[in-house]
Amino acid sequence: MLEVRNLKVRAEGKDILRGVNLTVKAGEVHAIMGPNGSGKSTFARALAGHPQYEVVGGEARYLGRDLLDMDPDERAREGVFMAFQYPVEIAGVSNAYFLKAALNAKRKHDGLGELDAMEFMTLVRDKAKLFDLDASMLGRAVNEGFSGGEKKRNEIFQLAVLEPKLAILDETDSGLDIDALRVVANGVNAMRSTDRAFIVVTHYQRLLNYIIPDFVHVLNDGVIVRSGGKELALELEEKGYGWLEAAGASA
Amino acid sequence: MAKGGAVAERNDFYLAEHDRFIACRASDPAWLRDLRGRGLVRFAERGFPTTRDEEWRFTNVAPIAETPWTLAPAVAPGVDTLIRDVLFDAAIRIVVINGRFVPELSRISNSPVQAGSLAGAVAGGSVGLEQQIGAFEMDGRPFVALNTAFLDDGALVVVPAGALLRDAIHIVVATVPGADPVVAHPRIVVSVGASAQATIVETYVGAEGVPYLTNAVTEIELGENAVVEHYKDQREPTTAHHVATMHVRLARSSNFASQSFAFGGGIVRNDLVAVLGGEGGECTLNGLYFSDARRLVDNHTMIDHAMPHCASHELYKGILAGKARAVFNGKIVVRQDAQKTDAKQTNRALLLSDDAQINTKPQLEIFADDVKCTHGAAIGQLDEEALFYLRARGLTALEARDLLIHAFAGEILNEIKVEPVRAQMEAALFDRLAQDLEGQ
Repeated sequence: MLEVRNLKVRAEGKDILRGVNLTVKAGEVHAIMGPNGSGKSTFARALAGHPQYEVVGGEARYLGRDLLDMDPDERAREGVFMAFQYPVEIAGVSNAYFLKAALNAKRKHDGLGELDAMEFMTLVRDKAKLFDLDASMLGRAVNEGFSGGEKKRNEIFQLAVLEPKLAILDETDSGLDIDALRVVANGVNAMRSTDRAFIVVTHYQRLLNYIIPDFVHVLNDGVIVRSGGKELALELEEKGYGWLEAAGASA
Repeated sequence: MAKGGAVAERNDFYLAEHDRFIACRASDPAWLRDLRGRGLVRFAERGFPTTRDEEWRFTNVAPIAETPWTLAPAVAPGVDTLIRDVLFDAAIRIVVINGRFVPELSRISNSPVQAGSLAGAVAGGSVGLEQQIGAFEMDGRPFVALNTAFLDDGALVVVPAGALLRDAIHIVVATVPGADPVVAHPRIVVSVGASAQATIVETYVGAEGVPYLTNAVTEIELGENAVVEHYKDQREPTTAHHVATMHVRLARSSNFASQSFAFGGGIVRNDLVAVLGGEGGECTLNGLYFSDARRLVDNHTMIDHAMPHCASHELYKGILAGKARAVFNGKIVVRQDAQKTDAKQTNRALLLSDDAQINTKPQLEIFADDVKCTHGAAIGQLDEEALFYLRARGLTALEARDLLIHAFAGEILNEIKVEPVRAQMEAALFDRLAQDLEGQ
């Protein structure tokens, strides 16, 4: 589904990613871990097409197409979804309006008919029930006045409604209490399927108790320094990230 | 010397125009002829304002001052196409074209509400007009003085005490340009009696072509406990300049809510003065304006808290594109007797280009000691993170931009209670935005 080769990304004049390689197949869940400043979020945002992240080398192919050549909105309509680390507040736009516009943009792109207000509300109520999310947040302005946990749940709600092929979670677990974390993890687990892939960017191993990854990658200083199975996360939990610096120093 | 000569020349032009104007109006009542005379004297004293006048510091009206505007002639037939798009199904409609009431396009009322031509009311010897017209100071207001010097026709609405009008009264002011630059000086006079309730919509439109000037004056008086909602919809072409002064007097416990929309015009200047002249009055002044290309939109508001226990709320929002300029000056005066005043003023502007510019100034003059007055201004561009967030969910760059502008404007647009007006305003704004985008 996703083939990343030697990806190099600059942001604010600094080289952040210095050659990342990653292959993600449909049905897989990949966790990307690493210390602060290792480039985890940069990787997520670059895949989503954030304009402040400049790709200076390498390539990323998504379903056989050049992902980096697509505008961020085209990536989204093609089924790439990034759950934001810091979801943006948009005053004056209701969640329902926003989500309906997003869903219909995608449906139109897929050659499906646009949903009217009634069909849309039925769909989101069903999703809310299924994912144990609060449908009352639909009437509120996008993320405005939401707590940190509500914002992250809202991202998962969007994920559930938009049903992407490739979902990238950028530290969705950071700062969450255990209840909110469960909602997020349950949402992701319910969405796991053979034709959908996840890249879960996280700072803490805790999330991976709830979302069991197929692969764990450790990013440090802009490159993936280790890859392994789910047991790698446990090892990191035990040893922390300190050993990376030691490894870096000896290299 | 040359400059002084130019001013004198301009004065001579308007004096000659005035002579022509009054020549066929000798039979008008003495009070009206006297009022016009005072207006002419006031105008001639100072002429058009310049940027040396504090109230006009950022608004250069030289393109207006340097043009010899002749009075717009009576209209040719076929002008109904000009106003067709702005009409809605109002029970009372007063259409004024080129400064003159047009009975064929209007739906007037004689009783219980008196609504129709101002000139008609003057000719009919309508009682109390003398007190209703020109009841405020022209000094320092040269455009009001000029309007008064050429005061002729417009709209008169008198709502009797206790009348509850559910339907909006629509006043349409339109101008058809001529071969030479023309000016219209419409005068709108509204009086709403005690405990009465009314909604007034003023719409300003015109045809493109040779430049013209609209120099409008609206006077609104609210009796005790009266409730008035007022909408001003200004959609004149870029070839037109629009200068308008609205003066509102609120009696005890009355409530006035104004929404002013300025989407058109080359140079636009709105002066809105609201005098809270009785205890417990409440006044809401909201505005939404759009300026692009090299257009200028200037909103000057002045809320005069003259009596205690009055509240005022003010929210003006602007959207600026291209090399547009805007001015917002919000003056709030709280006089010594006006204890327990609650005044809040907010002014926000959205700059869609790096070349757009706004000068904003809150001006609070507080002479009472037990009051609550707040003001705030925020100028900014579209939030890049919000744009990316929307695009990351599949909306195109254009859809994302429109959605954010909708959200910005919605705070004002969604408050319009007259649905056809709300729909028209929303469509007009996004039409202008789309045109602006094509031009880029």
